[in-house]
Amino acid sequence: MRFRQLVITVTLAWLALFVLAPHILVLLTSLLSPDTQQLASYPFTMQSYTRLWEPVYASAFWQSFWLSLLTTVICLLIGYPFAWTLARLPKLPRALLLFLMMVPFWTNSLIRTYAIKLILGAKGLINSTLLSLGLIDTPLQLLYTPFAVIFGLVYILLPFMVLPLVTTFSKLDNRLLEAARDLGATPWQRFVQVILPLSMPGVIAGSLIVFLPAMGMFYVSDLLGGAKNLLLGNIIKNQFLVVRDWPFGAALSITLIVLMGLLLWFYVQANRRINRQGGLDDNAL
Amino acid sequence: MSDFILVLSGITKRFDREEVLKGFDLTIRDGEFFTLLGPSGCGKSTVLRLIAGLEQANAGSIRLAGHEIATLPAERRPVNTVFQNYALFPHMTVFDNVAFGLRMNGIARDEIAPRVKEALAAVQLSDYAQRRPHQLSGGQQQRVAIARAVVNRPRVLLLDESLSALDYKLRRQMQIELKQLQRQLGITFVYVTHDQEEALSMSDRVLVMDQGRAMQIGTPREIYEEPCNLFVARFIGEINIFPATILRPLGEYRYLAEVNGVEKTIRFHQQATEGDEVHVLLRPEDLRVEYIADAPVDRRGYVGAVLERNYTGQTLDSLIRLENGQNLLVSEFFNEDDPDFDYRIGERVWVDWVAGWEHVIAKESW
Repeated sequence: MRFRQLVITVTLAWLALFVLAPHILVLLTSLLSPDTQQLASYPFTMQSYTRLWEPVYASAFWQSFWLSLLTTVICLLIGYPFAWTLARLPKLPRALLLFLMMVPFWTNSLIRTYAIKLILGAKGLINSTLLSLGLIDTPLQLLYTPFAVIFGLVYILLPFMVLPLVTTFSKLDNRLLEAARDLGATPWQRFVQVILPLSMPGVIAGSLIVFLPAMGMFYVSDLLGGAKNLLLGNIIKNQFLVVRDWPFGAALSITLIVLMGLLLWFYVQANRRINRQGGLDDNAL
Repeated sequence: MSDFILVLSGITKRFDREEVLKGFDLTIRDGEFFTLLGPSGCGKSTVLRLIAGLEQANAGSIRLAGHEIATLPAERRPVNTVFQNYALFPHMTVFDNVAFGLRMNGIARDEIAPRVKEALAAVQLSDYAQRRPHQLSGGQQQRVAIARAVVNRPRVLLLDESLSALDYKLRRQMQIELKQLQRQLGITFVYVTHDQEEALSMSDRVLVMDQGRAMQIGTPREIYEEPCNLFVARFIGEINIFPATILRPLGEYRYLAEVNGVEKTIRFHQQATEGDEVHVLLRPEDLRVEYIADAPVDRRGYVGAVLERNYTGQTLDSLIRLENGQNLLVSEFFNEDDPDFDYRIGERVWVDWVAGWEHVIAKESW
């Protein structure tokens, strides 16, 4: 009992010190006035939040939103069949493939993003291969495009889509598929009527775990997208490091957090709805 | 031939290297309640899954109403299954679960609702159409599973240990309802169970299986009263087995034999000669016990001591140890003359069987 209390105390203290306190500081900063000398100063004002509605930021927000959404959809399209296949494999090959999927994580994602830069660049692997094969005459502009950013985001975030889906598919009762077959459902009908609805918790969990970080991964956009502020994370970074408008950067951060919170709330609600329908576990998040 | 709705012949099924069924044959009559009975792992569920198409046989043919179905995928076979754990779709209402098969098979929209309602009425769940499976009790889920299968009007309904998850009382009730439903619908039922009581009480015919082979096929009465071998005798109910040696034929299938050390007249429906060894099978209720003091002096029977006595309500079951060391299980009904009869443990008694109630089979190696 004392061990348990100790663990809880330490965890709470850690969270209070390194999660709650910094966020309160960010929240307070977002309510201060901008000051290029001292980064932020009194008086308290809502000015930073009203600036969020300026068209330039609104459009940046939408761009970031669509980019993240596209990343999520691509991850889902690739990850869904992959996770399905993986979940149906015998134990050993499944463990091996999951392990192989994890191996790249041992390398920092920033370094891996640099590697993508080398592959996509004008003299990179893709262009030099295509050139030597004579398929193209001039190098393709792959790097510093939204395509490159999405490519990088999908590459980094795909495992986060696959893992919850594998969990969901592993839990899917094979007898339900047999029952569907027995009742005359063709493979496609089994997918639409049984597999898809029952895998929705995994789909939603995976989509959130991909979508939320995608909004903020500024270094991917910085390295692969050029000096365009493609993601919300880039704008936030620039407010802090370049423009030195800390209150506005903080306001953007708070907005992003609130947005994520809303999406999580949506996830819990959706999961509860599915649970009520089917008594499925909601341990994905 | 048209009597037989389902004919399995020469079915062989292997899982990995293990041969679960080998040259298995089975014929099931149209409209009967047929039960596959056997211990777990005997291959009975595999037979069912082969008929349903959820497993593919390595060899052999399955003919349903004269058509070969072994090559058809499960979704195109006119049979439906009631699964052991119901396998109801958790994300659908009871109505949608029952309507599933009809929708998959492209039944006209305006025909679906009345048929679903009819099926739910047949299992007394009309008021539960909008519930989700997890809001129902085990017995109700069981009924939904039955309704979901019969609504498709299959030629054959397959039931895989369908009642085993229910508690005793509910199971007894469902057994009766299932039997009634079968008569009402006129569909052939193929039921798989390891519960011999269930098999005997519901079936028109029973196939007893062991290790992928058919042991005996017959009506519940034949299976119980005239088991063809020791496995069937032991698997169905309790049995006492006496070793016996034929001494002399008496004609008309009657023989004088030495049964467990006592000379008795037995009925044996085979030709036998002096010295042939047989088993005399006696159900606990075939035996009679008398207090030593009450028995006639010239009694020909067995002397033993009461080892254990169990009151079951309807019967007094006792375990009696004979002088030669063999234990006998005896089950006696209370009768009106002596409603309080009972034995003291250790009491010495006579044991004998009602003449003609014995069932004799040729000796097998034990």
